[in-house]
Amino acid sequence: MADQLQTGADVKTAPPAIDAPDAAPNGGPTSSSAPVLSTENVHVFYDGIPAVKEVTMDIPRHRVTAFIGPSGCGKSTLLRSFNRMNDLIPSAEVTGKVLYHGQDLYGSGVDPVEVRKHIGMVFQKPNPFPKSIYDNVAFGPKVLGMKVDMDEVVENSLRHAALWDEVKDRLKQSAFGMSGGQQQRLCIARALATNPDVLLMDEPCSALDPIATGRIEDLMVRLREEYTIVIVTHNMQQATRVSDRTAFLTVELDEQDNRTGVVVEYDETEKVFSQPSDSRTEAYVTGRIG
Amino acid sequence: MSTDSPPASSSPAPIQLSRQKARYGERVIVGFLIFCAVVSVLTTVGIVVALVGPTIEFFREVPITDFFSADEWAPFFADASFGVFPIVVGTLNVTFWAILIGLPLGLGAAIFLSEYASPGTRKVLKPTLEVLEGIPTVAYGFFALTFVTPLIRDNWPGFLGDPPGIFSAGAAGIVLGVMIVPTVASISEDAMSAVPRSLREGAYALGSTKRTVALRVVVPAALSGIVASFVLGVSRAIGETIVVLIAAGNTPNLTFNPLESIQTMTAFIATTATGDIGVGTLEFKTVFAVGALLFVITLAMNALSIWLVRRFREEYE
Repeated sequence: MADQLQTGADVKTAPPAIDAPDAAPNGGPTSSSAPVLSTENVHVFYDGIPAVKEVTMDIPRHRVTAFIGPSGCGKSTLLRSFNRMNDLIPSAEVTGKVLYHGQDLYGSGVDPVEVRKHIGMVFQKPNPFPKSIYDNVAFGPKVLGMKVDMDEVVENSLRHAALWDEVKDRLKQSAFGMSGGQQQRLCIARALATNPDVLLMDEPCSALDPIATGRIEDLMVRLREEYTIVIVTHNMQQATRVSDRTAFLTVELDEQDNRTGVVVEYDETEKVFSQPSDSRTEAYVTGRIG
Repeated sequence: MSTDSPPASSSPAPIQLSRQKARYGERVIVGFLIFCAVVSVLTTVGIVVALVGPTIEFFREVPITDFFSADEWAPFFADASFGVFPIVVGTLNVTFWAILIGLPLGLGAAIFLSEYASPGTRKVLKPTLEVLEGIPTVAYGFFALTFVTPLIRDNWPGFLGDPPGIFSAGAAGIVLGVMIVPTVASISEDAMSAVPRSLREGAYALGSTKRTVALRVVVPAALSGIVASFVLGVSRAIGETIVVLIAAGNTPNLTFNPLESIQTMTAFIATTATGDIGVGTLEFKTVFAVGALLFVITLAMNALSIWLVRRFREEYE
């Protein structure tokens, strides 16, 4: 169990082996289901200056968790610490613990490549590879060496992303011929193809029109049945439409005027929007600031 | 502008748009820019025109079949033979070894610089590599003759037979390969660095390793730039004269053996086209015929590479 993230041997059966509900491997509080991700006093620094600080939160299984807050409050930075994408930025440093089914993602010996096999990500701007639609979806399973029927994986993933019917006749065509919304659903299909456990979505609709946005939101609600989703969004209505739980982050200025993000409030979405317990949250969700 | 209040009945004073001014300065600049763009095209046309005349005259004296079928290049012997293949093969021989050394090293250096090197390393290494492009080729020639060749000869493993002579196609080819590394590396690295970060992040997010990102995402996306660097590098190797003249000997020799002395097309032209060559003589025309053939070979190679790029590149936006 402890070395789950370090072994690359068995990628195909990965999530079920470690996410048995109610297992509570760290002996933590046994709610209806143990959290998939839980952070303990996480700080993320860029060049030694904290961008987000003191984050301690649990991300429940098979729920959509939204991060909202003003620009520069560290929502994306925090999200990117969940699959170690911050590792790609040389000046970034993460302290504290990010426990994934009880294992610290930043523990010694944990391979970030293994982490990202389990925790997929969809980005702000659709970023399909300059390859065919088919090859985009097949990319992940191929590079992970998954022994699967590729045609089947591609079809299933595209169906899951509600894209199959639109592209089934042009799988060999370039992904760049698709609309922005289709490209973003392709990126979701691409992330699903490696059979992840968690899907991180960093403002996935910010580059899309309202109709494409609506499709992606419908998709998120459906994907929740099988995946744990964490979404960063600028759009508060979107958070109310798709998420079960919402974390509100805001910026605090320290003595040197460094801007640092903090989690102000984290609760059921309905509560955050209707009866926020912090005045800053209330000001933000009612549109008075931000 | 009308100062009237808006009622619809009163027509506002008509707005006078001044007539277009003749902007002569603009025209001069555009004219100069067109001139800049056309110079290289005109030069190419000029070269073709200059090559064609004497080449046609050459083929009036020497049958084209002899040129392409005879297997000996001895144009100025009493018993002259005009088979061009030995010097074409000489060029290909040297170029082959240059490609074998230069392209993998250049591409490897580019991948390292673009994907693996820390910003600090890159800041030092890339300008250094680019400075190497400025080394005069004659220096590379002597490097081949006085360093590489002795190194090979002194360390020659006996089971491979006799060591190469003082002049060998291989030594020239190796040094040409090293010579084109900076060209290939620098241009390829530019192309790879231009691949958007978002593509790399997309691949990393799918559990790709650095190697996968480099080889399956960055290199295919940068292919057109990489191939351009290859073409430039290979063209430099094919067209290079001094290094082969110094290090490969100057003996027409129909062989792909890297251990032997050979003559390349450029080396033939350089040694023949000296000041005392008579205009209109057969020697004069021979130089042009070989030059024209070299031009055609390079042109064909460039066309092939353009086709290859169109066929295989993965275009991002």
